[in-house]
Amino acid sequence: MTAAVATGMSRTEQRERTRQRVLGIIYLVLAVLMVLGFAVATDLTSTFGLSAPNAAIPVPNLVVPSATTVYLLAGVVAFAGAIQLTRGFGSRTALILGLVAFAFVFAFLTWVAAGQSMNLTGVLETTVQRSVPIVFGALSGILCERAGVVNIAIEGMLLSGAFVAAVVTSATGNPYIGIVAAVATGGLLAALLAVLAIRYRVDQIIAGFFINILVTGLTAFLSVRILQPYQAELNTPERLGPIAIPILSDIPILGTVLFRHNIFVYSLFALIIIIHLGLFYTRWGLRVRAVGEHPKAADTVGINVYFVRYTNVILGGMVAGMGGAYFTIGSTGGFEREMTAGRGFIGLAAMIFGGWNPIGAFLAGLVFGFADAIQSRLSILSIAIPSEFLLMVPYVVTIIVVAGLVGRARAPAADGKPYIKE
Amino acid sequence: MKLELRGITKRFPGVVANEGVDLVVQPGEIHALLGENGAGKSTLMNVLYGLYQPDEGEILIDDKPVQFSGPADAIDAGIGMVHQHFMLVPVFTVTENVMLGVESTQPPFGRLDKAAARRRLMDISDRHGLKVDPDAVVEDLSVGVRQRVEIIKTLYRWSDVLILDEPTAVLTPQETDDLIGVMRSLIETGTSIIFITHKLNEVLEIADRITVLRRGNVAGTTTPAETSKEELAAMMVGRDVQLVVDRDPANASEAVLEVSNLVVRDERGHFAVDHLDLEVRAGEILAIAGVQGNGQSELVQAITGMREPDSGTIRLNGEALGTDPRTVYRSGVAHVPEDRMEDGLIADFTIADNLVLNGYWHEPYSNGLAMDGAAIAASAAERVAEFDVRTPSIFNNVGNLSGGNQQKVIAAREFSRPIKLIVAAQPTRGLDVGSIEYIHRRIVEKRDEGAAVLIVSSELEEVLALGDRIAVMYQGRIVDTLTPEEATMERLGLLMGGAHPEDLEAAETDQADAPPTPPSTTTETGAAQPDAKGASDDG
Repeated sequence: MTAAVATGMSRTEQRERTRQRVLGIIYLVLAVLMVLGFAVATDLTSTFGLSAPNAAIPVPNLVVPSATTVYLLAGVVAFAGAIQLTRGFGSRTALILGLVAFAFVFAFLTWVAAGQSMNLTGVLETTVQRSVPIVFGALSGILCERAGVVNIAIEGMLLSGAFVAAVVTSATGNPYIGIVAAVATGGLLAALLAVLAIRYRVDQIIAGFFINILVTGLTAFLSVRILQPYQAELNTPERLGPIAIPILSDIPILGTVLFRHNIFVYSLFALIIIIHLGLFYTRWGLRVRAVGEHPKAADTVGINVYFVRYTNVILGGMVAGMGGAYFTIGSTGGFEREMTAGRGFIGLAAMIFGGWNPIGAFLAGLVFGFADAIQSRLSILSIAIPSEFLLMVPYVVTIIVVAGLVGRARAPAADGKPYIKE
Repeated sequence: MKLELRGITKRFPGVVANEGVDLVVQPGEIHALLGENGAGKSTLMNVLYGLYQPDEGEILIDDKPVQFSGPADAIDAGIGMVHQHFMLVPVFTVTENVMLGVESTQPPFGRLDKAAARRRLMDISDRHGLKVDPDAVVEDLSVGVRQRVEIIKTLYRWSDVLILDEPTAVLTPQETDDLIGVMRSLIETGTSIIFITHKLNEVLEIADRITVLRRGNVAGTTTPAETSKEELAAMMVGRDVQLVVDRDPANASEAVLEVSNLVVRDERGHFAVDHLDLEVRAGEILAIAGVQGNGQSELVQAITGMREPDSGTIRLNGEALGTDPRTVYRSGVAHVPEDRMEDGLIADFTIADNLVLNGYWHEPYSNGLAMDGAAIAASAAERVAEFDVRTPSIFNNVGNLSGGNQQKVIAAREFSRPIKLIVAAQPTRGLDVGSIEYIHRRIVEKRDEGAAVLIVSSELEEVLALGDRIAVMYQGRIVDTLTPEEATMERLGLLMGGAHPEDLEAAETDQADAPPTPPSTTTETGAAQPDAKGASDDG
């Protein structure tokens, strides 16, 4: 207490000041890392491809001198660190943090591509593809948590969707029936979660965890017992191919990144918009948010809290089921054990990072998708990082985001709390 | 609309909450429903609002029986309720809260029509003098404004009968006056009001008729003209009650608690206590008045070691007070916390165990490793008898006791050892008249034994009944410290609402100039309290 009085500052101010300084030091360390880690021979250049092979309007490649670019970016980061240390950025701290992250990533890519060529448009296209299941998961979480039910069973719902979509599509030969079956499965699992969480007030984390274990075990068992013996009949689903949207897909760079995908990606875009408008501009959304924030207030104005929670959890499960179908009939083409590999949990992180807002969750999902895309792209290029480390990238990014940035987001007030009607 | 409850009986496992209750509310009438906690007021209103189904009896509207299976039915029938704990979504705007459940929408996609809702809201607001900003977010509003939003919410649903559940508990006296104005405006348009309270003054001031409930039964129905405070209190409790504890003037000696330049922040990082100074001396009670949320909770938490101050000093008998609850306890501080179930007691522990929460680790309750059950039980039996805790056994869980008995357990634990300072926050919140009397008597007893007492209360009656000096806290500061003679209800109310002490004094001087009033009678106690005004200079 005496120290605080002596400097004329309160503890909270001191803490804030410390945070600012730590951030400044981190920037400086990053700048040093960039210079030491990404330094290359001065005569090399990095080539970034910006055009898809079949683009209607070709875009020239971006060629930059590798060493100069890295030093330049390091200089920018060091400058930001110096200002952060001395006077801080005030309200623009977050923006600068984003810019520093971008500079670091771009310097890294420049180093990776030194003396080689890397297709940047391809990386971004992969980013969107990799973010699809994550954002489906995040939307599922938003639907549940905005109504006040925590759903950590998204992982299991994705996995069940992937399994059912593969089997049903293989058996019927129609991927659309596969999607419907996956959506129904997600909805059923969600109904189970809803009954446990709402009717029986089981701890929502435990109920969700139970579903995850159930699905993981069941799909692994069925995979060994049924899918492997009848691989041709039950686990060779037709994959949904990309559909190029006329005109839009011809836009340079953006056309390839956004408008040459399969129906899952377009459904996702539509869902993001529908859920966003629905939550914030309609009667349904107002009631859902009221139930998630203050269920008793909603009850006293005649809103059926349990009904809203049941429907939202089941809708959320259906969205996750659809996201699961993407793994098998939208992406790889066959079911493998535990193929979702934590994407449901990363989706939850994206939901939180995006502030329980569909558009925010989409942007957050793109960050995780980018980490994933880089990882897969790097394993093709010859660089001096062991592949095991590269595989860690998406999870490391998740940890950094959850640990460093999530504290500020504000969850619905009644999130995870069972409502007990008197 | 005429509303009638006829023979309502509602039973819960082991308890009869209402037994054959009759209540008739005429159109345009303010009907006060008076009763102690647990008398069955809330149960009765929840039956009326469709939240509970009665086991027997019926509800009649304009002499026709009706059935409510939920709040939606009651709302449709024209019944509106302003709950004691406001039913507003904090992150929604006023308009969103008001329209929730009866949303107006635009075709074709059911987009919310907030403009239409805002128009009707403003119309209601203008008609009854309920001033609000329709676009403000509710969590930024003061409790007084939130209450207006709640009233608008019920009127927006075309309510003819308004139930106000303890509406004045959270208001300053001035806000209470505003509310009474609104209530009068409402009954002129034919709306009737059921006004639930345990404050006797208000009932006598505004009610047209009064129904008193005691232990689930109607103890009587009367009108303000026919009754008095004492009679109503006796009806509520079932015996004669002493409303204000007798006590001698304080015999204050040396300073025990000295707080200087204290700064404390709340959870959101805002200054809750803002460079505050105060002093409490041995043998006196300093009562802090103030509307809830002006930093009183944070002040108490800082003194009792439950919250770390930003800066400033807290001294007990000249030495710095520790910053964790156990050190503070060891220094001889007793703490009666604001929320007894949250910070004072463990509901699922027995009375005996709760009584040693602040000393289970040392002699005589523990020998270092194991607790001594026999010693704990013996001491518990003694204290339960001494503090008149009504319980079948000392091994009953504290959670099953009534509020008054729970508070007695806390008093028994905190007061049964040599103490220098008592810090009591809202010591009688939610207690019935009989328990209030008891707790007040105990506190005054401790003062007379030489303890310094700091009371924080949002009930003005309590502040006036106990305070030897009365400090008013507003926005984290003590704005003025008054002697009981200076502290009128009105003056305290204005100070609690943020008026400047200098302005009040100027205004009073003006008044004093006009009629030749005799000089105030502070001279006598002024001698006994030489620096009674001293603390006010600090704030």
